[in-house]
Amino acid sequence: MPKITYVESDGNRHEIDVDAGWNLMDGAVKNGVPGIDGDCGGNCACATCHIFVSAEWAEVTGERTEAEQEMLEFAENVQSNSRLACQIEVDDRLDGLVVHLPESQY
Amino acid sequence: MSDVAAPVEVEDVAALPLEELHPAKAKRFANDTLWPVFERLRREAPVHYTPESEVGAYWSISRWDDIMAVDTDHKTFSSEPNITLLPHVDGQADVTVPGLAMFIAMDPPKHDIQRKTVSPAVSPTNLKLLEPLIRERAAKILDSLPIGEPFDWVDLVSKELTAMTLATLFGVPQEYRRLLTHWSDIVTAQPGPGRIVETREEKIQVFQDYHAYFTKLWNERVNAEPTGDLISMLAHSPATRNMSPLEFFGNVILLTVGGNDTTRNTMTGSVYALNKNPDEFAKLKASPELLPSMVSETIRWQTPLAYMKRRATRDVEFGGKTIREGDTVAMWYVSGNRDESVIDRPNDYIIDRERPRQHMSFGFGIHRCVGNRLAELQLQIVWEEALKRFPDIVVVEEPVRVLSSFVKGYESMQVVIPARH
Ligand code: HEM
Ligand code: FES
Repeated sequence: MPKITYVESDGNRHEIDVDAGWNLMDGAVKNGVPGIDGDCGGNCACATCHIFVSAEWAEVTGERTEAEQEMLEFAENVQSNSRLACQIEVDDRLDGLVVHLPESQY
Repeated sequence: MSDVAAPVEVEDVAALPLEELHPAKAKRFANDTLWPVFERLRREAPVHYTPESEVGAYWSISRWDDIMAVDTDHKTFSSEPNITLLPHVDGQADVTVPGLAMFIAMDPPKHDIQRKTVSPAVSPTNLKLLEPLIRERAAKILDSLPIGEPFDWVDLVSKELTAMTLATLFGVPQEYRRLLTHWSDIVTAQPGPGRIVETREEKIQVFQDYHAYFTKLWNERVNAEPTGDLISMLAHSPATRNMSPLEFFGNVILLTVGGNDTTRNTMTGSVYALNKNPDEFAKLKASPELLPSMVSETIRWQTPLAYMKRRATRDVEFGGKTIREGDTVAMWYVSGNRDESVIDRPNDYIIDRERPRQHMSFGFGIHRCVGNRLAELQLQIVWEEALKRFPDIVVVEEPVRVLSSFVKGYESMQVVIPARH
């Protein structure tokens, strides 16, 4: 199972084995990682699963979709590496991925 | 208000022909008999058309997944020119003040620009600064409540606290805070004998006073250095400083109503729901760490805005029906929040649900409530402070509900606080 590390804004790390086929939001919420809410259940409709993906992982995690871009417009502290966790599906290529969480979801 | 408290007339919803179902009938919201209508719609006609009513013809979307699909497709389902069903006179929608514009009722790109101007005021970062102030006020309000005698929770707590917060956001002097509440109530009220406004003319007069007051504030802010309040932000931001007067006023109304009724009605709803479900109240008292989850569950259970309206921008096949360009579509959040295919035991009030944040009350997509964190914060604080002070808050009479199919809330609710800790 791909291992994903979620890092909270205070540096607290959560290493989680996430099933391939799940998305990164589910991987956090279903394993009790704090800092990701996922209010819309992964429909790209709430932007409460905002995360930062470091540059070296940009290629495998892909690009923002159009709907994702629209929702990210309204999140707080959006950076060039901001993504919505529910829009990134986990597969073996993501094994070892480290993502950072914002201080709060909006 | 006598018309609201009228005896419940028993209506056999199951016997009505489907096409005669008019889910937006305000009376059912005032006497809390709306539920069988939406149960039937979800089961038999999830995409339903009402050909004729006092708010014109409209579609009703009642299932979770369908509401999600409409709310996230703003190209097909536009928020312009308005987001509520309007009373129809001679087949035409009757707009109280023509030309009012607010970003909740705009599509991109204008919506996006205006929303971004306003959102920093209620972002999590700014709320951290606001929190101590809200807490201090909540404490003061709760400390001044009578003990052992009935009082109206809506008036003394829900309205007071939300009005104080709103006055702070707007930079309105605190002594005028209840004017904001008053205006907010009137904006969403249907004029009628014995109601808060009796005639359309009276309502227009109130709009004029309200508008005049905020025009004065705008003029003061424009000529002063920028401050953090919302009026100053609107007056100085490049994105909004050239707004027309009606656009400015429209956005003021949006923030007044958005920040007022909804949070207030959840604050009242929380006391009511906990009284109706004493086991849940006991759970909360025993485990105050359930508060955030209780707040979300109350927002779901209450659904302070029952629906949002959209306008179809093209002919579209939806759920086996053809919605025509220009048609009016109501997304019934109040029904989506009770959809058993998504929410377990949806009619029950359960404060420790597994996924309490999973509800539709804030809408979804680009118009999702910008004030949702502020709403949650106020509710969280009022309960943290109340639990510290009072062993119990007892509802002693059924609340009087608002006569509206849009604002789902309470006019008044008598409670007694038997003792302090
Ligand atoms: C429990 C309390 C609240 C509820 C249930 C609620 C509900 C909603 C809903 C359903 C929408 C529209 C979503 C859509 O069209 O898809 C909305 C939008 C909005 N709300 Fe709230 N609201 C609440 C509190 C607040 C507060 C405290 C504010 C004050 C700042 C606020 C300001 C707004 C604004 C400005 C919009 C328009 C957003 C846009 O169009 O982009 N709301 N709210
Ligand atoms: S969970 Fe709502 S946008 Fe990702």
